[in-house]
Amino acid sequence: MTTVYKKSKGLTDVEMHFCPGCTHGTIHKLVAEVLVELDVLDRSVGVVPVGCSALSYDYFNCDMQQASHGRAPAVATGIKRVNPDLVTWTYQGDGDLASIGTAEIIHAAHRGEKITTIFVNNAIYGMTGGQMAPTTLIGQKTTTSPLGRTVEHSGMPLRVSEMLATIDGAKFVERVSVDTPANIRKTKKAIKKAFELQISGEGFGIVEILSTCPTNWGLTPVDAIKWLQDNMIEYYPLGNLRTPEEAK
Amino acid sequence: MAKVLMKGNEAIAEAAIRGGCKYFFGYPITPQNELPEYMSRELPKNDGVFLQAESEVAAINMVYGAAGAGGRVMTSSSSPGIALKQEGITYIAGANLPCVIVNIVRGGPGLGGIQPAQSDYFQSVKGGGNGDYSMPVFAPANLQEMVDIMMEAFDIADYYRNPVMVIGDGMIGQMMEPIEFNKPEPRELPVKDWITNGTKGERKPNIINSLFLDAQDLEDHNLEAVTKYEAMRANETRVEVFNMENPEIVLTAYGTTSRICKNAIMALKEEGIEVGLIRPITIWPFPDQAFEDIPESAKGILVVEMSQGQMIEDVKIANNGRLPIGFHGRSGGMIPDPKDIIAKVKEMIGGAK
Repeated sequence: MTTVYKKSKGLTDVEMHFCPGCTHGTIHKLVAEVLVELDVLDRSVGVVPVGCSALSYDYFNCDMQQASHGRAPAVATGIKRVNPDLVTWTYQGDGDLASIGTAEIIHAAHRGEKITTIFVNNAIYGMTGGQMAPTTLIGQKTTTSPLGRTVEHSGMPLRVSEMLATIDGAKFVERVSVDTPANIRKTKKAIKKAFELQISGEGFGIVEILSTCPTNWGLTPVDAIKWLQDNMIEYYPLGNLRTPEEAK
Repeated sequence: MAKVLMKGNEAIAEAAIRGGCKYFFGYPITPQNELPEYMSRELPKNDGVFLQAESEVAAINMVYGAAGAGGRVMTSSSSPGIALKQEGITYIAGANLPCVIVNIVRGGPGLGGIQPAQSDYFQSVKGGGNGDYSMPVFAPANLQEMVDIMMEAFDIADYYRNPVMVIGDGMIGQMMEPIEFNKPEPRELPVKDWITNGTKGERKPNIINSLFLDAQDLEDHNLEAVTKYEAMRANETRVEVFNMENPEIVLTAYGTTSRICKNAIMALKEEGIEVGLIRPITIWPFPDQAFEDIPESAKGILVVEMSQGQMIEDVKIANNGRLPIGFHGRSGGMIPDPKDIIAKVKEMIGGAK
């Protein structure tokens, strides 16, 4: 019998808490596979803050730190400055990174911290039950924008990657999506690139991954993928926003 | 070793480096700026790292990450900055991480002022951040005591895997006094086998964490901390008692305020009035025993603080209703005057007759 597929050894056997159809599981797998393929799992420290990633310290098979809401880039800075040989990364949602943690992510990028950030954008607060995030789309209904988000009340959705791409210290910024097998492969490639830049000492890298939240969007997993394709990609276009060449 | 004359904030920084501090994360705020400035100059020469963070919140979370990675790390700030750091301090306590936090206290509330104060007693010893946690809080009264404590603070933090706070008012930070740097008694420190420095394929992953969603797990976690806090109460409580042989009144004050009290005590002695002093050196754990040991001669306790009355609550607990308690406090950066303390002592003696 030949094994055609098995779980990455970058993940533990702990059962994940993610809702059915949620794309966090796929993204976890990609991060774990990259750490194994780059042979850095045993010198990795991941930082997971508050949100749906709050329990992920149990899912990754490497040293982990749990951080307070939005502060993962500051915690990762502390880790990396103590031990520059570690491969240090953060895994943050949009409520965490794009709202309460804006100062920490901007300044980690600004200082050119040699860390990697996996930024999962599903346009909503998942863990707390579907509240509006800075990334929530115009018209999108959430538990705190029950009639749909309006520009007058809450402004336009925040495009974090475009903002970070203006910062000199950010050497790699790319937005990807996990809505199709092809895009999942592209996502893995981007994650790998961001980690390679850290390992070679070039600097800060962030991969924004468009993701679904079927539970809080009130959609089936299949419809959620379609909603992402029909709504999110238009406002959050996929592609590379900054590479080391441009950063120079 | 020969004595050197140093400014308080710089002496604290030098003592921290000599105490083994390798990493400093901070954010500018008056009146403690000479401390990070000194660190930015001297830490790199000692194979350490100084980093100015984007905010106090980020600074304390860098401390969290660094402590979790096994670094000997500290931060310093002043009152409103410490308020911002409380988020990180409770996470540090919850995750059993060692670090040292220095607070050069200024007047509040709000932006307050930049003059010396002791109005951060509550935010230092009554939690400050959320949840059940405690940490040793040292409140030295002079620069020699400050540097002695700073040189020991990192060992204490490592020994208990707990944050340690050292507070001084703006006077301690800004004054100059002759000091010498003496090595503390060595402690047998536990091996840091819990840090996140990469598994190297040799062990299971280590996790730094303060999240326990199961209620019983969280209670068990908190009870383990209580065991640690009991050991701190037993072993780390420090107090100075002064002129306590036969006092009519007992003053109690910590930090620089205690020195003003001593002046008042000496003046009263010349008038034939015996007044003692209980000076908590740790304001947590609080030296309850010193209050139980107050001799029968005492007719009352006078609490003197540079605040509107904060430590007085712990004095009341320690006194347990035994003696009448008076209070003299100045705030906003105003310094207590020995004359006023003397007048209050005389009023209490009169009132007790």
